[in-house]
Amino acid sequence: MIQIKQVNKSFGSVQVLKNIDLEVPESHVFALIGPSGAGKSTLIRSINALESIQTGEIIVDGISVHEKKTNINQLRSDIGFVFQSFNLYPHLTAVENVSIAPVQVKKVPKDQAEEKAKKLLTSLGLGEKFGSYPSQLSGGQQQRVAIARALAMDPKVMLFDEPTSALDPEMIKEVLDAMRSLASTGMTMVVVTHEMGFAREICNQIVFMADGAIVEVAPPEQFFTHPKTERAKDFLSKVLNH
Amino acid sequence: MGSAWDVIPQNIGLLMDGLWLTLQLSACALVVSIPIGILLGLLRISRNRILSFLAVSYVEFVRGVPLLVLLFWIYFVLGKWLKLGPFLSGVMGLGLFSAAFIAEIVRAGIQAVPRGQMEAARSSGMSYVQAMRFIVLPQAMRKVLPPMASQFITLIKDSSLVSVISVVDLTLVAKNLVSTSFRSLEVWSFVAIMYFCITFFLSQVIRAFERRYRVSE
Repeated sequence: MIQIKQVNKSFGSVQVLKNIDLEVPESHVFALIGPSGAGKSTLIRSINALESIQTGEIIVDGISVHEKKTNINQLRSDIGFVFQSFNLYPHLTAVENVSIAPVQVKKVPKDQAEEKAKKLLTSLGLGEKFGSYPSQLSGGQQQRVAIARALAMDPKVMLFDEPTSALDPEMIKEVLDAMRSLASTGMTMVVVTHEMGFAREICNQIVFMADGAIVEVAPPEQFFTHPKTERAKDFLSKVLNH
Repeated sequence: MGSAWDVIPQNIGLLMDGLWLTLQLSACALVVSIPIGILLGLLRISRNRILSFLAVSYVEFVRGVPLLVLLFWIYFVLGKWLKLGPFLSGVMGLGLFSAAFIAEIVRAGIQAVPRGQMEAARSSGMSYVQAMRFIVLPQAMRKVLPPMASQFITLIKDSSLVSVISVVDLTLVAKNLVSTSFRSLEVWSFVAIMYFCITFFLSQVIRAFERRYRVSE
């Protein structure tokens, strides 16, 4: 579903992505983990062209993302993106946040889009919050609205860029639960996360990045019990033993 | 013997005509300046260097020229050439002048909207124009309501300058009235209060808007 081939990117003299190769098959859930500054966010943001790349190619559902001829708006409507800081639209209600892209981009009739938005919000436990503005919602509720907003476009792929990092601890679970049930529907997902428990439980593959490169790719059991590289061992010893 | 203030009720028709013209002129100038100002503000932040250079040049030039000189220039040069007449020259002069200030206000407002808003909108498949129109601009406009309000109030007050290009607005009516009745104190006091009433009313309306929008902040 997602193919990343020999991708490189630099900010000035700093190379933030080094020869990245990765293939995410359909209905698989991949976790991107690693120390901060490893390039995880840059990589996931380049999958829907929020970041440009200098060399290499990223293909989503058969379409080359960074090709000039690609209709990027159409491609992006097939890729759901969930941000660390939610980025909900503060001037719109929950239902409007979820329905605006289907109405404006896919030209779905407004009442139909809002009907669907309400269904999505209800399925994410936000049945009481249709008319609420983001400022009236907790962080966990806002992030679930953001997930509903991404799902409203019927994406083929969902990308999550540290979806729980800005949340208070007691709200992390409700967001992870939402992602867990999404994964169980067979959605293809790539998740940048620091939630090792979640990565271990839900993901098919762990992608460990450090210093702009992919260091290790392994199924969770293998990665967490027998990491192959020193870099991964070192990282795990720091995040697991505290 | 009547009172010195009788000059006001005796000429109330004239004064109201002047007031009405001031309101028309300000409203027309506002209608001209808002779209031009928003467009200039958008061009100013555009990634196209030529467009943003043109917008910056316009804003810098117009802000650097006194409104009075701009009005003379439009009336005596452009107006003669395009046969605009005093009223349209006044509308153009005030509108183009005000647009430069609105452009700066709009630019600041757009830049005050967090980048993540544009990113979220674009990542859902919206085009740049859609994202601006539905997501960024509505938020920017709310942020700029207070400076925009003071710009509108300035515009109404600046409109008194069009009296120099023979637009018979409230100020010119007053000036004519003073020169025939010699009642400076009465006439100018009355006119000052009229201007104050309009601008005060406008600032109250805008304050009401701000209160309404605060819910969704």
